[in-house]
Amino acid sequence: MINVQDVVKWYGPMLAVDHVSFQVKQGEVLGFLGPNGAGKSTTMRMLTGYLPLSGGKVEIGGFDIEEKPLEAKALFGYLPENAPAYTDMSVEGFLKFTASIRGLRGQAGRDAVEKALDTCHLQGVRRQSIDTLSKGYFHRTCFAQAILHDPPILILDEPTDGLDPNQKHEMRELIKTMGKTKAIIVSTHILEEVEAICTRAIIIDCGKLVFNGTPAELRSRSAEAGCVTVGLLNVSAAEATPALEKVDGVKTVTLLSEENGRALYRLAGDKGRTGLAASLKAFLDGKHWNFDELHTNQGRLDDVFHTITSTDSAKEVHK
Amino acid sequence: MKNIAVIAKRELASYFNSPVAYVFLIIFLILMGFFTFMMGGFFQYNEAALTTFFIWHPWLYMLLVPAVGMRLWAEERRMRTLELLFTMPITTTQAILGKYIAGWLFLGFAILLTLPMPITVCYLGEPDLGPMVTGYLGSFLMAGAYLAISGLTSSLTRNQVISFITSVVICMFLVLAGYPPITNLLLKWGASNRLVEFAANLSVMFHFESMQRGVVDIRDLVYFVTLILFALFTTNIILKTHRS
Ligand SMILES: Nc1ncnc2c1ncn2[C@@H]1O[C@H](COP(=O)(O)OP(=O)(O)OP(=O)(O)O)[C@@H](O)[C@H]1O
Ligand SMILES: [Mg+2]
Repeated sequence: MINVQDVVKWYGPMLAVDHVSFQVKQGEVLGFLGPNGAGKSTTMRMLTGYLPLSGGKVEIGGFDIEEKPLEAKALFGYLPENAPAYTDMSVEGFLKFTASIRGLRGQAGRDAVEKALDTCHLQGVRRQSIDTLSKGYFHRTCFAQAILHDPPILILDEPTDGLDPNQKHEMRELIKTMGKTKAIIVSTHILEEVEAICTRAIIIDCGKLVFNGTPAELRSRSAEAGCVTVGLLNVSAAEATPALEKVDGVKTVTLLSEENGRALYRLAGDKGRTGLAASLKAFLDGKHWNFDELHTNQGRLDDVFHTITSTDSAKEVHK
Repeated sequence: MKNIAVIAKRELASYFNSPVAYVFLIIFLILMGFFTFMMGGFFQYNEAALTTFFIWHPWLYMLLVPAVGMRLWAEERRMRTLELLFTMPITTTQAILGKYIAGWLFLGFAILLTLPMPITVCYLGEPDLGPMVTGYLGSFLMAGAYLAISGLTSSLTRNQVISFITSVVICMFLVLAGYPPITNLLLKWGASNRLVEFAANLSVMFHFESMQRGVVDIRDLVYFVTLILFALFTTNIILKTHRS
């Protein structure tokens, strides 16, 4: 549904987006990650036809955004960064306006507005002027505008920004549900969110695409992924450490903490090797050592994010 | 076409949703009245015509119209709603026309509120209706031209004050280029007749003048329409290329 090819954006002499390509299909929720200033919003502004491209091509549902802007724009709903809205209007008035711009007039328009008000829990403030809304409601009003016409494509720039925990949860559920039938791009800084709702994630750093894969793949890139954490009871570290080092498949042993007779270890094996936990279990049973914790680490997303984005910016400095 | 109407409707509603519209209308009427009666000596003139009324329009509009036009695009930029507007399935031209028409209708409404003036004149005497009608037409066209220019300056900035000042200056040029004391001064300074005449031809004064006298020359209409279209066209180019 969304096809981005070699997109480039220059702000004067500054290269903000550097040959980024990706696709989003129907039924996919693409998480768009990257540090502040990486070029996420800039990319989204180009996808939606707000900013002209300095190079490359964007197709929305088969329509080139620069050559057939009207057809392309009719296919998506867009929540811009900071959720702008006409503050001098009421929530209802604003949504009615966007409905009529989308060609939903008369009864169809009224139905669409009602549905959006319900979905975004805005019934209670429907007649309130937008500039008196709290930040979360303001944000939801702009979100309501994006989903009002039930578009097949959604482009959402930080949709959970400024929402309370309940609303965040609800927003994620909503995106997940809609993601089954639509093609969605969501930018976010919350890594758990990517796991919770996205079927795929891309990371850009300094305008370049540095990762494109599933959240699970992202996790497995972590140095910790595949490591085993074990908490031993009634064993001194002096005795346990040398013993653990000899266990089949263990490469490094790290003592994380030792207190009240409990020693917490992290064991790393060779990259790509599985079954470390199983051989460790067999070893502990053989020794009759007690343990209160034994699990294989999934890898931490923030770890990977940190490694991927900071090495790349270091390279950038190097040039 | 429908999109233009939707945009215009929203824009007009937003004028009246804020106190700005009412403040503007009141100030507009007070200034109109003040200049006509106090400065122009409406009653001393003792003739049944609106000469002393229309004569102030180019000067008053110079300040009043940019006050309406300054927010047209600067406000959208400042509030970031420009991003919303231009990612909806409408063309830039439709957005420009919609907002421009809304502003012009609002100014037209303000002008209509001065109708008690000619009605009084009709009641008191037996005026020549022609100059009144063409005077109003000219006044409306002039407001439209000023509005197109302030919309243009508004599209360049997110700051309404900058937009206001720039358009006042441009409108001032358009007035002064044909203001007799200035043209006479230019002639005295040795500017050639042709040049001064050319400049005066570009001035709204020159074209509004004849309409006050009841003459509708096709060239005057062409002048105003060209000025408006030129400003709108430039606005279009600016909004297409200069968005962030
Ligand atoms: N209008 C502009 N003119 C010049 N530079 C800009 C403009 N807009 C953005 N930039 C620059 O482009 C880069 C990318 O900005 P962008 O807003 O796309 O980042 P982002 O990934 O959305 O960041 P964040 O996570 O903070 O929202 C930044 O370095 C920013 O300073
Ligand atoms: Mg951003």
